[in-house]
Amino acid sequence: MRERAEAAAITAGALLAALALFALFLLANGRDPLAVYAVLWLGGFGTPFSLQATLTQAAPLMLTALCTAIPARAGLLVIGGEGALVAGGVFAVLAGLGTAGLATAGLPASVGTVATCAAGAAGGAAWIAMAGALKHLRGVNETISTLLLNYIAIAVLNHLVSGPMRDPAVSLKATSWAIPQATMVGTIPGIGVHWGFAFGVIACLLAFALLRFTVFGFSVDVLGGNARAAQLVGLPIGRLTLIACALGGGGAGLAGAAEIIAVHGAASSSLAVGFGYGGILVAFLSRQNPLAIIFFAILVGGISASGGLMQRRFDLPDAATQVLQGMIFLCVLASNAFYGRIRLFQPRAVAE
Amino acid sequence: MDHSKRNSRRKFLADSGNVIAAGSLAALLPGLARAQAKPMTIGFLYTGVRQDYGWNQAHGVAARQIARLDGVKLLEQENVPETAESEKVMESMIRLDGARVLFPTSFGFWPFIMKVAPKFPEVLFVHAGGLWKDGDPKNTIGYRGYMEEPHYLSGIAAGRMSKTGKIGFIGAKPLYFIFNNCNGFILGARSVNPKITCQVLITGDWNNPVKEAEAVNSLVDQGVDVIVGNTDSPKVVIETAERRGIYSCGYHTDLSALAPKGFLTGAEWNWGKGADFVRAWQTGGTYPNLLRGGFKRDMVKLSPFGAAVPEAVRAEVLRARQGFADDKLALYRGPLKDNEGNVVLKAGETIDNEDNKFKFGVKFLVEGAIGKTGLAR
Amino acid sequence: MNPGDIGWWGVALAVAGGAIRISTPYLFVSLAETLTEKSGRVNLGLEGTLLMGAMSGYGVSFLSGSPWLGVLAAALAGAAFGLLHAVVCNLPRVNDVAVGIGLFIFGTGLAFFLGKPFVEPRADRLPVWPLGGWSDVAAIRAALDVSPLFFAGIAVAFAMRWALANTRWGLIVRAVGDNAEAARTAGYPVNLTRTLATAAGGLFAGIAGAFLSLSYPGTWAEGLSSGQGLMAVTLVIFARWHPLNCFWVSLLFGGASALGPALQAVGVSSYYYLIGAAPYALTLALLIASSSRRHRLVGAPGELSINR
Repeated sequence: MRERAEAAAITAGALLAALALFALFLLANGRDPLAVYAVLWLGGFGTPFSLQATLTQAAPLMLTALCTAIPARAGLLVIGGEGALVAGGVFAVLAGLGTAGLATAGLPASVGTVATCAAGAAGGAAWIAMAGALKHLRGVNETISTLLLNYIAIAVLNHLVSGPMRDPAVSLKATSWAIPQATMVGTIPGIGVHWGFAFGVIACLLAFALLRFTVFGFSVDVLGGNARAAQLVGLPIGRLTLIACALGGGGAGLAGAAEIIAVHGAASSSLAVGFGYGGILVAFLSRQNPLAIIFFAILVGGISASGGLMQRRFDLPDAATQVLQGMIFLCVLASNAFYGRIRLFQPRAVAE
Repeated sequence: MDHSKRNSRRKFLADSGNVIAAGSLAALLPGLARAQAKPMTIGFLYTGVRQDYGWNQAHGVAARQIARLDGVKLLEQENVPETAESEKVMESMIRLDGARVLFPTSFGFWPFIMKVAPKFPEVLFVHAGGLWKDGDPKNTIGYRGYMEEPHYLSGIAAGRMSKTGKIGFIGAKPLYFIFNNCNGFILGARSVNPKITCQVLITGDWNNPVKEAEAVNSLVDQGVDVIVGNTDSPKVVIETAERRGIYSCGYHTDLSALAPKGFLTGAEWNWGKGADFVRAWQTGGTYPNLLRGGFKRDMVKLSPFGAAVPEAVRAEVLRARQGFADDKLALYRGPLKDNEGNVVLKAGETIDNEDNKFKFGVKFLVEGAIGKTGLAR
Repeated sequence: MNPGDIGWWGVALAVAGGAIRISTPYLFVSLAETLTEKSGRVNLGLEGTLLMGAMSGYGVSFLSGSPWLGVLAAALAGAAFGLLHAVVCNLPRVNDVAVGIGLFIFGTGLAFFLGKPFVEPRADRLPVWPLGGWSDVAAIRAALDVSPLFFAGIAVAFAMRWALANTRWGLIVRAVGDNAEAARTAGYPVNLTRTLATAAGGLFAGIAGAFLSLSYPGTWAEGLSSGQGLMAVTLVIFARWHPLNCFWVSLLFGGASALGPALQAVGVSSYYYLIGAAPYALTLALLIASSSRRHRLVGAPGELSINR
């Protein structure tokens, strides 16, 4: 309880510090910080439309954040969310196309939807599990291997949608064949945001439960805390590594599937727009806690969603959003130094 | 043959709604037009930054022209990706800023415009691309110049100025308008030098300075001495060409300042035509849903000539330009083969310069091109 | 065969020319990261640092008219960012990989924010030394138009190798990077050393950026860097943390980057995306081949967080 209060307080402090820094930055550029923040609020949360835009942005972030957060609990630093999302998207399209003949077989279209999501998750899971296997079997550093796998995934995506998988009827931009309309999903009733958002929330809740209440979760935490201790205790490190990577990759892959069934309907270079990298940011802000991921995904989503309004109203370059996000990231990381240092949260009556 | 061409042209004009007709309507009722010019916020969406010496700059220039109209307030947003996010941006401009005319200036915004336009019938969406067809929402407009025409003119200059008989075309992505521009360039060059060849190189990205610079270098290493670049910002292409000491032709906007020695001429847009649409929307006038045109409709421009171009070549280019403006010069005319030996047009056949269907379906490169479109015919 | 028509030799020349042209930023970032990692830190934020360098270099060159002043500004901007990385990482319990990613986002955003007014104007560029004057073939001459920064990079590589091996300062850096506890016991200032090493690394990364904007491709625009800063970490592994190896590795990557466009120029036009991915796939393959479960990578400093 105390730890969680401490975490919340320190994170809040870091966020405030970042906002203060950004305010100074704005002042130095001749803008009124309070006016800018008011518009940030308006564009992110101030109207129903803004809220919808924010939640739409948050949806993939929640899932790609899991791609960093779950392996991080096992002591791995994975930055391959972008590649896993792309891989998931490609597999999702393939599954969607493959199940296109369902109607003739008399099965409902929702089977196709499920197949598409499952394929997407599986594709992403396999992609990151590769990195996990390389780490366990050959000691290849997972940060670097997943970084490289990102580039490779995007190149393969571009190659496939420009060539073997290309739909020649779409002349605007290289796009793959589209999955059947019936397989696609619409928006969540009442909120007006696509179902990917629900996937994100559910995935985060499941991940939280998995890590908190199961033996697997406990083992992962031990591994993440001290690899040697885990070895001594006899935990199956290879299996844990692979599963953690697969779960994380599955999350990002599901984000890719969501982009297909809820947004685009087909694969194209629009899959690789940086959701994977945004997920890394969210994961670190949330200190790898899936519940916090929901909150921070919405926060970061809000900043992204309001960026356009900020740009238009104050004639600020689009990059201003990145500056703010970078400042928040750095402040939250630096705030790590304060854990255990603040008298208010220190355990009482324990000799140091 | 001529009759059918004229008839199809008339039909086309009728189908698309003639800008001239709208103009005469306004001329007949001048008092009405002036009285009803409502003040309006217009929004421009750019896929990159305005100062890129390329695609976005051309639109930025037009935006400023349009902003000078009475009662018009201009909003701009840069770096809008060509994804579903653009829908949110458009809606944001409409709902939060009260925009009533939107100019999503990138080709790839069209599918997203199709989704947003039906929801806001009080807003006019003007798209920089000629994709409008019957059945599309009435509050959308597609407008685009036929850049293949000024590319043809650049090609004439290239054909005359090239000493090695090899010219080069750098394209960003394998799309029909890029191929049309490429074909125009080659056809223009071949019209003055039938033996000329053109290396065609696709970089795969709208914007990748290192790849574009490398593309120029590898083409020049192959003996190419005139280059044109169809990327979002041909600045790198022109500057690298200048450093290698070869000629270059421009695209999008006036790039002559970048290559004082090697610049020949270039293809420029005239997006300022969009002002007509804003006027029409303000006053309740009529407007065409699809406006495509070349020099005849003043939808494209030719860049100023570079210092290197001699008088005789300039005259030749301008004569061809007049040919387009008078609709006497057909770009695609038979006998025409593609670069794989297939016959495209037989002797005596021509394609109308405003034949959209044909241009849309261009998946080939004309004879003389070295390279592939990568698209099945 | 007419002199302009060199066919497949053109591909070889383009690759060679590209190797020289494109390698310089790779050389500087790999040297930067080598130094930083030798002291025990990983800096993934070199991409942001590089872009800040590119922007400041271009901007100062434009405003002052002197490209060399631009290079100086780039170096200083890079050093400042390196300093920022070091200062944040010096705080207890801060993960240097995460800070690197944070700097990547911050640096990239700041570079594009401040650099917006510089997209349109033309800045004076760095000169090139035409070393190919002996040849009649234009392609060879062009391939051998070398920037002075190329040689500066080689000089830095030699200097770094000598300094790390032979000077007291180099010894301290290596000691701090191999075993921080032992170094602290021996009285070496661990945090200060890492700060200086990372700042120096940032300086070199800034120069890499200046090369991109002031030499080749010689422009300031979004999309200027395609991940060269991020690749620094992999380049260093390829080079086994040896400064001189950085030179060969950067040539290899430069040549690989030039392969795609070169092949297209002779008419091989399919698979351009896959060819573009070749450097990354190659690095991954090398990594798999040379890593081992039992031993840490040969040459890796012991304190590197990514090797634990």
